Amino acid sequence: MKVLVPVKRVVDYNVKVRPKVDGSGPEVNNLKMSINPFCEIAVEEAIRLKEKGLVEEIIAVTIGPQQAQEQLRTALALGVDRAILVLTDILVEPLAVAKCLKELCHRETPDLIILGKQAIDGDNNQTGQMLGALMRYPQGTFASELMIEGNRAIVKREIDGGLQTVSLRLPAIVTSDLRLNEPRYASLPNIMKAKRKPLTTVTPEELGVDVSLRTQLLNVKLPPQRKAGIVVNDVKDLVHKLKNEAKVI
Amino acid sequence: MAVLILAEHDNLSLKPVTLNSVTAAKLVDDEIHILVAGSECKSVADQAASVADVSKIIVADYPVYKDFLAENLAPLIAEVGSGYSHVFATATASAKNIIPRAAALMDVQAVSDISGIVDKDTFERPIYAGSMIATVTSNDAIKVVTVRGTAFDAASGEGGRGTITQISSSFDEASSKFIAEQVVKFDRPELAGAKVVVSGGRALGSAEQFSLIYDFADQLGAAVGASRAAVDAGYAPNDMQVGQTGKIVAPDLYIAIGISGAIQHLAGMKDSKVIVAINKDQEAPIFSVADYGLVGDLFTALPEFEAAL
Repeated sequence: MKVLVPVKRVVDYNVKVRPKVDGSGPEVNNLKMSINPFCEIAVEEAIRLKEKGLVEEIIAVTIGPQQAQEQLRTALALGVDRAILVLTDILVEPLAVAKCLKELCHRETPDLIILGKQAIDGDNNQTGQMLGALMRYPQGTFASELMIEGNRAIVKREIDGGLQTVSLRLPAIVTSDLRLNEPRYASLPNIMKAKRKPLTTVTPEELGVDVSLRTQLLNVKLPPQRKAGIVVNDVKDLVHKLKNEAKVI
Repeated sequence: MAVLILAEHDNLSLKPVTLNSVTAAKLVDDEIHILVAGSECKSVADQAASVADVSKIIVADYPVYKDFLAENLAPLIAEVGSGYSHVFATATASAKNIIPRAAALMDVQAVSDISGIVDKDTFERPIYAGSMIATVTSNDAIKVVTVRGTAFDAASGEGGRGTITQISSSFDEASSKFIAEQVVKFDRPELAGAKVVVSGGRALGSAEQFSLIYDFADQLGAAVGASRAAVDAGYAPNDMQVGQTGKIVAPDLYIAIGISGAIQHLAGMKDSKVIVAINKDQEAPIFSVADYGLVGDLFTALPEFEAAL
């Protein structure tokens, strides 16, 4: 079985991002960049399937600038076998990402595509579902458990109210939720080895995909800030204020 | 042109979150239709027909839609939606699963989780865990949008006189099969739409001690939430997680107990009207958004709080 894992380069989880001074977009220059945490979970899940002997090859792919090679090297250091960079300086939208991935699915014919459920920059939560539509593959989104049984993927999904289990005919799409697994760290020897693993580059043009933007970002601003509250002395004081000042209980 | 809203329901009743999308839809067009796709869902269609300001209910009642599988619903929405200027759905877990798939079939770049409407093409939406609000214009002919429920008031579910139309479109991709659902039913209010929410964090220490949160919530008639840390530790079920990638809530009163307040958690609750935080660590970031902060041990504060009510 072959697994394709798309990953996204995003500003690191721990970094606070603010608007650019002119409000034209988020200021991301010179910030620490990482693999999107949900994509990291997707990579980990693919590696675990390989460790169970269910998967022969894992291919990571990203769509982004030259620097996105760093995130592919990280994926390779974690245990991915080879990587593909779809090189573009455009901040590609989910639909265009899905179209690039569709072409790669045709070239690579993976049995399973594991993606993060959303990227922590745009918070769109779309790419996996869109790829499912374009390939007409079944989808198990927001997965908290994945099992392979014959030619089917059994996916436990996080839904409103609890969990849902679906059985998907392979090839299938799975998008990872937080509790699918806890990703490992790359070891130093594996980071060194990753430098020699194959990484190829293609462009959206070579894939025949038009990645021009369908939406236009007009501006980015800070949300309304809450005014600073007060620290109460004790529970009595708190209950008194909630009853008489805020009038909420 | 009109707005098509995908109804959220369980084949028996229309979920109130659908009404938040109706309010949002009114900001772009006067003509609003609701699509009810399900199985043996006549009662849902009847309820949708009485939603104020909705003129037409389109019903696709087939066994293939019983479990709301995205594989079957997306082609239906793409087919029906092609006759509209806008397709809206409230951003529930179910809509987040279905709507992007439908959008891709329509060759539309969907706009996720909008919190504001500037004009019929232009929307506001939170990005980076709500630390910024982006204003985006969609250039696609049809706008496919998920709506953040807490950002729009619920429309009235009564007084409408929509006409009900059955359509014969039954899509069955057959590649995906529903197996089971484990839904935990509580007698408490649902998180989305609750007036009061009590949330517990890692400081509760165990699943047993997390029951203090349930007891306290019951006394207040509140819904129960949890931080990611509490869910990851197994103290609370996954669907209680409040935050960037979990539930977004904006109750009149949000009480955060033993929650430090990571930005991802704040993203899910900072639009609450009044926020109370109880935490041992006075440096905890939750205090930066709290209207009332109490620095102290939750295990002594909670019984005192309950006694004072």
